[in-house]
Amino acid sequence: MARMAGRRILELGAIGCAAGLFSGLFGVGGGAIIVPMLVLRRGYADRRAMGTSLVAIAIMAGAAMLAQGAYGNLHVDDGLLVGVPAVGGVVAGTWLQQRIPVRTVRLLFAGVLVVAAIDLALK
Amino acid sequence: MIAAVVVGAFAGLLAGLLGVGGGVLFVPALTVFLGLSQVDAEATSLLAIMPMALVGAWRQHRYGNVDGRDGGILGAAAVPGAIAGVAIVNVVPERVVQIAFAGLMLVIAWQMVRRRPREEA
Repeated sequence: MARMAGRRILELGAIGCAAGLFSGLFGVGGGAIIVPMLVLRRGYADRRAMGTSLVAIAIMAGAAMLAQGAYGNLHVDDGLLVGVPAVGGVVAGTWLQQRIPVRTVRLLFAGVLVVAAIDLALK
Repeated sequence: MIAAVVVGAFAGLLAGLLGVGGGVLFVPALTVFLGLSQVDAEATSLLAIMPMALVGAWRQHRYGNVDGRDGGILGAAAVPGAIAGVAIVNVVPERVVQIAFAGLMLVIAWQMVRRRPREEA
């Protein structure tokens, strides 16, 4: 039992660490790692993986934001301009996610990964 | 400016739907439509992502789709990972890392499509 818990924390730690690594490297890539790893390695259902990923992203983005704020790189007005509509968007997105088949959500996710990969390769 | 608002809303929609941060959309919106430098855009995107992810996590929690403990461990582990990432990007040629990550994402996409989703409760 204790070994199972240790393994779980170790795996989650490794996944989180990898997600942080990629977002540190490219400024993106947290959810792209966390969601598939929770599904493929931890046996999560898709919606639960995507919901839990948002918790991790909030923590990660919050910590990075504090660091960037210390360097004076934050434009608060521009951040709000895209961030406020994003809050509306995320409420709509989570609502929509509960109403479309998991298979469709997963295909969309895979599609976004492919687009992001192409975008990164062509940079 | 309106374009930035529209892209912001769309990034939020994608974040809610797929559980991603949406940095892929926020960063170009901030550079292209609002004229920020790459560094400032990456920093400022966090200002949009954090509250959006918080609200998204809260909504998903209401829908019963959040494991708060696992999410906390993932987020805590991500912080040192991100610091390491920033260090690495200053040492290893960026192009090599970009291509490697692009390849990794394609492999993951294939795995996701190939496997059957677990039945939801």
